Amino acid sequence: MPEPAAGVRELTLGQAVNEALAEEMRRDPSVFIIGEDVAEAGSPFKVLRGLVEEFGPDRVMDAPISEPGFTGIALGAAMTGMRPVVDIMFGDFMTLVMDQVANQAAKVHYMSGGKLRAPMVIRTTLGATRRSAAQHSQSLHAWVSHVPGLKVALPSTPYDAKGLLKSAIRDESPVVVFEDKMSWTLRGPVPAEDYVIPLGVADVKRPGRDVTVVATSSMVQVALSAAEILAGEGIEAEVIDPRTTVPLDVRALVASAARTGRVIVVDEGHRAYGVTAEIASSITEGAFYHLDAPVQRVAAMDVPVPFSPVLEDRTVPTPDAVVDRARDLVRGRL
Amino acid sequence: MAPEAELELYRRMLVIRRFEEQVDELYRSARMPGLAHLYIGEEAVAVGVCAALRDDDWITSTHRGHGHCLAKGAAVDLMFAELLGKGAGYNRGKGGSMHIADQERNNLGANAIVGGSAGIATGAALTARRRGTDQVAVCFFGEGALGQGLLYEVMNMASLWRLPVVYVCEDNLYNEYTHRHETTAGELAARPAAFGIPCVEVDGQDVLAVRDAAAAAVARARSGEGPSFLICHTYRYRGHHVGDVDRAYRTRDEEQEWQRERDPIARLAAELLRSGARPDELEAAEEQATTEVRDGVDFGLAAPFPDPAEVTEDVYA
Repeated sequence: MPEPAAGVRELTLGQAVNEALAEEMRRDPSVFIIGEDVAEAGSPFKVLRGLVEEFGPDRVMDAPISEPGFTGIALGAAMTGMRPVVDIMFGDFMTLVMDQVANQAAKVHYMSGGKLRAPMVIRTTLGATRRSAAQHSQSLHAWVSHVPGLKVALPSTPYDAKGLLKSAIRDESPVVVFEDKMSWTLRGPVPAEDYVIPLGVADVKRPGRDVTVVATSSMVQVALSAAEILAGEGIEAEVIDPRTTVPLDVRALVASAARTGRVIVVDEGHRAYGVTAEIASSITEGAFYHLDAPVQRVAAMDVPVPFSPVLEDRTVPTPDAVVDRARDLVRGRL
Repeated sequence: MAPEAELELYRRMLVIRRFEEQVDELYRSARMPGLAHLYIGEEAVAVGVCAALRDDDWITSTHRGHGHCLAKGAAVDLMFAELLGKGAGYNRGKGGSMHIADQERNNLGANAIVGGSAGIATGAALTARRRGTDQVAVCFFGEGALGQGLLYEVMNMASLWRLPVVYVCEDNLYNEYTHRHETTAGELAARPAAFGIPCVEVDGQDVLAVRDAAAAAVARARSGEGPSFLICHTYRYRGHHVGDVDRAYRTRDEEQEWQRERDPIARLAAELLRSGARPDELEAAEEQATTEVRDGVDFGLAAPFPDPAEVTEDVYA
């Protein structure tokens, strides 16, 4: 974590996102926002509150409920000199825009031999436990992480949310930013001055020597809670957040794994063919001879997200699940 | 003497036809990797529409895109190089037939997803609006794209926001291997009408009629009055792609009738002669097109393949 500097305030993650957008829109007139209910409504979660008042409806554009259409329009605008920030209200709706994202935006630079570019950002969500059921709760960041040409950011703190989003807006390639909708109210220190966090740099959220917990997005808080419990038992867990799945800071993850010799990867996407699999495999390849046990994966169950709280809560990783796995690892039971 | 503007249309259509015939020959002689979708028979649409555009206007194109690319001013030699997967090609050999983009002429690229560029064209129009330029974007697509939802989504927004975009529907009657009567309910023109977008239907084999209709639509867009929809009735002489040689879904009689009665190049030649052009002027245009294409394919065949190490370049900008 950076040293708190002068001008550091406590902001929520949602406020940090809002501030990043406002600063970039003031800095660069080609930046604009397009999506459903982004203007007067400020999005259903009020993350965009106040932006239309400052920048007007031409730069905070309410679009019809046509995700592929306005994503495609944003792409065309990006290819001709603008820097759109597309608001996809729920990550589940990424399924609707996959042609425009995976077939078009991701490939336009490569297919054109480097002539065309698509500097656009898609802001969307991940995360369950809002009792929103199977079509408003998915964490689909693995889907886009699989497509060469896209970058994928997963901020877990207000500080990271602002710095990563500003980097994403300035990037020359398409970047998908997933925000955990349960984290918008999370508070943390955010400098008032202009700063960016480069895409592809992991961050150690808590140092430790006994076990590495690689955690993304919503799972960083889960991992930090687990580390606190483990510390009470004399187990020092290192929590490291890759912050972007593409580019993935494999070097930092492998270095941590080599120090501790034990690794758990925690991510809210489904386990099968997911982010935990890719990260675990990368760590195994890079740190195999330093590992005391197989890399462990803790992920969302491979079931659609159910509605009933007693069912839904079973599907996502919890601090207790991470603690149990860490104990077993450290005690040589895995 | 032939009027220069019309003679230029004749030359451009001939270049496209000779180009596509040469592409077919490259395929048949197994010198070209992959497939290509030939524009033969539809030349008047691309040439007529692009004649109404400025260099700084944008186009987006389709899997059947060689004609649009050439009509917007692309160089024949760099196109052949791309089709042959050579490093000198428009996209350094990374795109091929279905993805040629020509940034210098504001060609935002062909697109191998049917209807896939409708958003891109409409977004370019949004850029023009936002920047206060009077540029126009043209979105070419076949009637098969009328089955894709994306097109209707962006037409709705283009109309709402009065964006300077012209949707050019090339109705060549066949969605790949299926007649459009089997795939498309209602009237084509009812679709833009539903969004309040003015629609003009034109004989797509008459390059002058296409040019005039496009000019009106482009002028409307340029002056800030919003989008238009142009339906050009045309015909694909060849199969869906170069390998589609038996074409059991339509009759030879139908094909021959279009070629005999409604060929856009023969039609313009006849009109030029009627209006006082000399036969040797037309012959000179034909000779010029043949030479340009021959030189272009020679360049493409002789050009080296890209360095294999380039495979990892251009993934990220």
